[in-house]
Amino acid sequence: MVSAGAMSGSGNLMDFLDEPFPDVGTYEDFHTIDWLREKSRDTDRHRKITSKSKESLWEFIKSLLDAWSGWVVMLLIGLLAGTLAGVIDLAVDWMTDLKEGVCLSAFWYSHEQCCWTSNETTFEDRDKCPLWQKWSELLVNQSEGASAYILNYLMYILWALLFAFLAVSLVRVFAPYACGSGIPEIKTILSGFIIRGYLGKWTLLIKTVTLVLVVSSGLSLGKEGPLVHVACCCGNFFSSLFSKYSKNEGKRREVLSAAAAAGVSVAFGAPIGGVLFSLEEVSYYFPLKTLWRSFFAALVAAFTLRSINPFGNSRLVLFYVEYHTPWYMAELFPFILLGVFGGLWGTLFIRCNIAWCRRRKTTRLGKYPVLEVIAVTAITAIIAYPNPYTRQSTSELISELFNDCGALESSQLCDYINDPNMTRPVDDIPDRPAGVGVYTAMWQLALALIFKIVVTIFTFGMKIPSGLFIPSMAVGAMAGRMVGIGVEQLAYHHHDWIIFRNWCRPGADCVTPGLYAMVGAAACLGGVTRMTVSLVVIMFELTGGLEYIVPLMAAAVTSKWVADAFGKEGIYEAHIHLNGYPFLDVKDEFTHRTLATDVMRPRRGEPPLSVLTQDSMTVEDVETLIKETDYNGFPVVVSRDSERLIGFAQRRELILAIKNARQRQEGIVSNSIMYFTEEPPELPANSPHPLKLRRILNLSPFTVTDHTPMETVVDIFRKLGLRQCLVTRSGRLLGIITKKDVLRHMAQMANQDPESIMFN
Amino acid sequence: MATLWGGLLRLGSLLSLSCLALSVLLLVQLSDAAKNFEDVRCKCICPPYKENSGHIYNKNISQKDCDCLHVVDPMPVRGPDVEAYCLRCECKYEERSSVTIKVTIIIYLSILGLLLLYMVYLTLVEPILKRRLFGHSQLIQSDDDVGDQQPFANAHDVLARSRSRANVLNKVEYAQQRWKLQVQEQRKSVFDRHVVLS
Repeated sequence: MVSAGAMSGSGNLMDFLDEPFPDVGTYEDFHTIDWLREKSRDTDRHRKITSKSKESLWEFIKSLLDAWSGWVVMLLIGLLAGTLAGVIDLAVDWMTDLKEGVCLSAFWYSHEQCCWTSNETTFEDRDKCPLWQKWSELLVNQSEGASAYILNYLMYILWALLFAFLAVSLVRVFAPYACGSGIPEIKTILSGFIIRGYLGKWTLLIKTVTLVLVVSSGLSLGKEGPLVHVACCCGNFFSSLFSKYSKNEGKRREVLSAAAAAGVSVAFGAPIGGVLFSLEEVSYYFPLKTLWRSFFAALVAAFTLRSINPFGNSRLVLFYVEYHTPWYMAELFPFILLGVFGGLWGTLFIRCNIAWCRRRKTTRLGKYPVLEVIAVTAITAIIAYPNPYTRQSTSELISELFNDCGALESSQLCDYINDPNMTRPVDDIPDRPAGVGVYTAMWQLALALIFKIVVTIFTFGMKIPSGLFIPSMAVGAMAGRMVGIGVEQLAYHHHDWIIFRNWCRPGADCVTPGLYAMVGAAACLGGVTRMTVSLVVIMFELTGGLEYIVPLMAAAVTSKWVADAFGKEGIYEAHIHLNGYPFLDVKDEFTHRTLATDVMRPRRGEPPLSVLTQDSMTVEDVETLIKETDYNGFPVVVSRDSERLIGFAQRRELILAIKNARQRQEGIVSNSIMYFTEEPPELPANSPHPLKLRRILNLSPFTVTDHTPMETVVDIFRKLGLRQCLVTRSGRLLGIITKKDVLRHMAQMANQDPESIMFN
Repeated sequence: MATLWGGLLRLGSLLSLSCLALSVLLLVQLSDAAKNFEDVRCKCICPPYKENSGHIYNKNISQKDCDCLHVVDPMPVRGPDVEAYCLRCECKYEERSSVTIKVTIIIYLSILGLLLLYMVYLTLVEPILKRRLFGHSQLIQSDDDVGDQQPFANAHDVLARSRSRANVLNKVEYAQQRWKLQVQEQRKSVFDRHVVLS
């Protein structure tokens, strides 16, 4: 992290005679960056390159390379993210089927791939082929019967436990930052926080490897959130190869925003949705330049994934549906009901999950992470196996629920009673009474719904990579499909009611339960994450049909309204609050009438503000001050009598500068005067050499007067990304407001615990 | 000197990166070029019709020939019924790359195996080896809250000892010990104090 020769200090005069200090300009772990300084450093760098480019051809080429480095980084991120997503998809496909059986001809084939070339598949048993054998067939040579069932059950549980145990051990030993979803921490990082190692190479490797393991183990989690983390790790890796991004934390975050877009793009096969997700949910500052580059990265990633072709049919996601049947105005009512369900479920999930995570943080439950993962996996596997809808992987379940019933579907959900005397051919949309299979499917789906709702609460937040999108979509899809089948049967059995008479004619196209499943999935996902535009765009990119925008929007809007009525935070903001990250949300509105004096420090009764004077403190005084206090910076005033403000000095830079001076400069001792002015002060003849530290002084700190309303102060902090702000009255320094103070004040105003803000 | 190393490192990563990109592209090309005859197929699913039960037909032919008349062979119905039968059949062209699947799964399993071996080495074998080489007395824990159960428990004193020597092997060991310290810090903040990542 050495930035040799970096120009530091925003608004400083370039002092070319002074030797540059190494390590100045980098940040400590768990601190916030200074956005303004990073921006001005980038402008300086750009100006230097532009001015030098006129000198020679080589410099000109270098300036071109510098301009193009951004696009090269995006290309590399897209390639790597797409490749990793393809590897993850292929490996998950294989390992999920490994729990049930193995392919004898080539062990690396999943069930579907194994039976691909087989000629013995029949219409009824289109999944069976002799090359694929279940564990019971392999071990005891029996495929039906109670002993075979019990043996398959046991093998399923054992494989699930093995995968989960391997995953949590790898996370624990190699990369503890690889657990969880990653999106709350990435949101905080993109707003300016530093978490060293969170986007490192080991985290990338372990997250990719363990993501495959946990998804294959049958736990109720998804891979979309962790894929965003993986893509951001790729972004961090590539940006460290170019000094334009590696030395500037602000520019690096632009790359990370684009990488997040690429991550969602490969997760859903939705490039535009990915960009909008990055814009809406993940990023903090999103300049227009980043918009175009994110789109490029997302497209490259989607194209790479398509070339790898993990699903064998040039589709990007497992549940891409392609029907174009129309929907009717009267169906808006059940869609809005699904929206309400989604909002209620979202609220319930957020409250329960946060309560459980808080318990994990504070009580003894958190001391046994490995045991917790194994216990939850065991419970999930034991309950999930008997129900065919929970035994299969969640993506396949969603795919089955989204899909419409054609004449060729053999799933239980499509077991409608066909009238053999019907003259017209069996068409795509059934308007027939439900058969026995459908009723069985309905109560199995109901049980699966309850199970998924309960178990996801305990799964999200464990010490393994876990995502939230797929389980929420599964809950919504199950609820939606049940409502859809209900409406369909209502329309069939009561086709003489007024609403159905115009809408459904006997033998005509009527209700599409698959559409209800999609709308339900969108509603539940919106209720949990409170996404708006990006949700609708992702859903219609998933389905490929613009016809369904209105139902999706109706459900998404309803679920957001219902969920917002109970609590303003989505799941990611709730986790940010739980961990106490210093995240100043742009969506929060501050509407209280407090003033800056109410929030600034020092308050009444506190020790006075620790300041540095312009030219009357010795090195020893400053070192004592640094040792005794733990403030991140000190204002510099003219003198203790007239507290007129000169500037602001950061603690880290003071420490480094003093250390450097003691080592390198001659004559600096503890009694040396430290000065921040241009010219050294008048000193008696025998005094030691003074130390000039004007380089590290920020001459333009932000100040507000004491009567500034806190609304304005919060706005300034948010829009400019400040870390601290000084309060003056008539030009004299009164106090300081830091970001932590602002967050604590907002928490206090919202009646939350102000002590939960932990970081600076 | 440090900048030279930094520059070389950067060059090395850029080279390995371009190798990776090239190999990815090569893989894609390979999967396109070495298309196994059996990797393309046309799958026609025909539902029950009159007396015929449902049947699935697979044939390895190209996309332009992927329709009912080319694939359904032998045709179970005669004459004018063929058109009605074929109308119900749904034919889909599918393509896969068996080479990609094989290579991906084998690479993934080897990476997983290597990680597992390294994990077993770090948690079980290394403490035993260190204890045998340096004796019990040298394993003084400098951290008061790190027990023997933590992996990388003795990273601190190895780090201190290796600072004096400076050849390549010790540089590698130094880097490894520094990494172990970092992971230990991460583990403390995530698993023990629950400061980050709830």
